[in-house]
Amino acid sequence: MLMFAIRRILVSIPVLIGITAILFVMLNVIPGDPVALLMKEHASPEVIARVTAQMHLDDPLWTRYFRFLSGALQGDLGTSIKLNRSVTSLIMKAFPNTLYLAACAAVVSWIIGIPAGILSAVRRDSFIDRFFMGFSLLGVSMPIFWSALLMQYIFALKLKWLPVSGFYGFEYVIMPAIVLGWSSAGVIARLTRSSLLEVMRHDYIRTARAKGLREVGVISGHALKNALIPVVTIMAIQIASLLSGAVITEAIFGIPGVGRISINAIQARDMPLLQGSVLFATVLVILGNLVADILYSILDPRIRSQMGRGKP
Amino acid sequence: MTVSPDLNVDTVEEIQEASLLRDTMRAFARNRMALLGLVFVALLVFLAIFAPIVSPHDPYRMALDEQFLPPSTTYWLGTDNFGRDVLTRIIYGARISLVVGIVPSLISLIIGTFMGVLSGYIGGKVDFVIMRLADMMIAFPSLLLAMVVMYTLGANLFNIFVALALVGWAGVARVVRSQTLALKEKEFIEAAHANGASRVTIMFRHIFPNVVPTLIVLFSLSIPDAIMWESSLSFLGVGVQPPEASWGLLVSRGKEYLFQAPVVAIAPGVAILLTVLAFNFVGDGLRDALDPSMKD
Repeated sequence: MLMFAIRRILVSIPVLIGITAILFVMLNVIPGDPVALLMKEHASPEVIARVTAQMHLDDPLWTRYFRFLSGALQGDLGTSIKLNRSVTSLIMKAFPNTLYLAACAAVVSWIIGIPAGILSAVRRDSFIDRFFMGFSLLGVSMPIFWSALLMQYIFALKLKWLPVSGFYGFEYVIMPAIVLGWSSAGVIARLTRSSLLEVMRHDYIRTARAKGLREVGVISGHALKNALIPVVTIMAIQIASLLSGAVITEAIFGIPGVGRISINAIQARDMPLLQGSVLFATVLVILGNLVADILYSILDPRIRSQMGRGKP
Repeated sequence: MTVSPDLNVDTVEEIQEASLLRDTMRAFARNRMALLGLVFVALLVFLAIFAPIVSPHDPYRMALDEQFLPPSTTYWLGTDNFGRDVLTRIIYGARISLVVGIVPSLISLIIGTFMGVLSGYIGGKVDFVIMRLADMMIAFPSLLLAMVVMYTLGANLFNIFVALALVGWAGVARVVRSQTLALKEKEFIEAAHANGASRVTIMFRHIFPNVVPTLIVLFSLSIPDAIMWESSLSFLGVGVQPPEASWGLLVSRGKEYLFQAPVVAIAPGVAILLTVLAFNFVGDGLRDALDPSMKD
C-alpha cells in the first residue's frame, strides 16, 4: 500500500514540474512588457529600465523560471503587479471562500447524484430512469453561466427568495452551490448507475438473492458497497475540479475566491497573479487525482495488486 | 447473407465496407434521439450558411429608439440594448459556434491521432515523451489553460482554435494510443510487416483506417465540448469580441439587462443548450452504432 502511494506520488512530480514550465513559458514570452503596462505612458525609458532590472525581467527565461520554481516551492509566488501585494497571501485569503463553495456544491451533487443513480439502476429503463438520466444530461449540457443567470432571474429577481450576488452568509452560497453541484451531479448519477448495473451482474448478488434476501437488502447490503467504489474515487477528482472550475460561478455570483482572482488578473493583465492562481488550481487538480488513485487502491485491493505487479 | 448476382460490388472488401456502412446507418437510424439530434444539427448548419438570407433583420443595425422591445411578430425574440434583433444575432451566432465546434475539434483530432499512433506504434522513448506531455495537458484545468492561452495570444477567433486544440489533443492521443497498442498485436499488421511494409506505411495505411470509427465518435463528441468552451471563454470576455455575435458573448452582454429584458440573455443560452444536446445525441448514436465498446 505504502509502496503504491510512494510510487504514485513520484510519478506526479515530473508532471508537476512540466506544468510549471509550460505555464511559465506561456505567460512569460508574451509581447508587451508588464513594466510598460504597469507604468503606462508617464514613465521615462530610464525608469522602465530600472524597474525591469529590479523585477529581474531582463534575465534569461530559464534563470527566471528557476527563480520562480524555487520561490514557488517555498510558498512565494511573486508579487501582484496591480495590487502590489504577495500573490500567495491574496490566494490564501481567497481560498477558504472557494473551498466553502466547492464543498457545498459537492454535497449538493452527492445528495442529487447518488440517489438518482441508484434509483435509475434499480428501475432500469423505467420512467424514473429516463427522467433522472435526462435530468443529468441537462445538467451536463447547460452552460454554467447560463443556468446561473436563469436562477438569478427566477429566485433573486422575480421571487426575491435569495440574494442576487455577493458573499455575506449562507444564503449567498445556495444558488452558486446548486448551479455548480447540478452540473457534476449528472456525472455522479451516471457513474453510480452504470457501476451498480455492472455489480448487479455478479454471482454473489445472485447468491444473496437465492438465500432469500429482499431486493432492498441485496442492494444496500451487498451491491452498493462495491458499486460506490468508483463513485467515491471520482469524488476526490470532482472536488478538485470544482475548486478549479468555480471560475465562472464565482465571477457571476461575485464570490471573492481563487477563480475570481484569475479573472481579475486577466482583465488587469496582472501576470504574476494569473500565474500564481492558475498554478495553485492546477496543483489542486493533480493532488485530487493523486488522492483519488490512492483512495481507489485502499478501497479496492484488486487495483493495488494489479498495480503492484504490472506497470503503474 | 445470400449474395445476389446483381450485387454491385467487385471485391470482398467492398462487400465488407458496404455492410459496415449499412450496419452503422441502420443502427443509427434506429436511435430516435440520435436522428432528432441530426435533424437539429442539419437545420442549424442550414441557418448558419444561409444566415444573410434567412435572418429577418441586419445583425449589426442599431436603432436606439427600438431598445428592449418585447417579442413581437416583427422581432420574434425582441430587441437588445442597441435595438438589434435578438433572433438575427442568434442565427449569426450559430456561424461562430459551429465553426468553433468543428475547427478546433478537427485540429485536436489530427494532432491527437498522429501523436497517438506514433506513441503506440513506435513505443519506447517516443511513447514516454508523448504520453508525459499528454499527462500534463490533461492535468491542467481546461478552462484555465484556455484562459492562459487567450491571455497570451490575445482574444480573437483564431486564438480560440489554438486554445481549444491545445486542450483537446491529449485526450484523443490517449484513446488512439491504446487502440494502436491493441492493433499492433494483430496478425494483419504482422503480415504487413513480413511483406516488407515500412513503419510509416503500417502506421498510416494499416493502423490508421482501423482507428477511424473511434475518431468519428471522438470528433462528434468533442464538438459540443468545444462549443461549450468557446461560449464560456466569450462569456468571461476572453473569447470572441464584440460586435461579433457569439452565443456566449450574447448571454454575457444580455446579463446586464436581465431585469428589463430577460429574453436577450436567456434565448442564446437556449441555443447553446439545444445545440450541445443535439450534438451529444448524435455522438452517442454514432458511438453505439460504430463502437459499442466505448460506452461508459
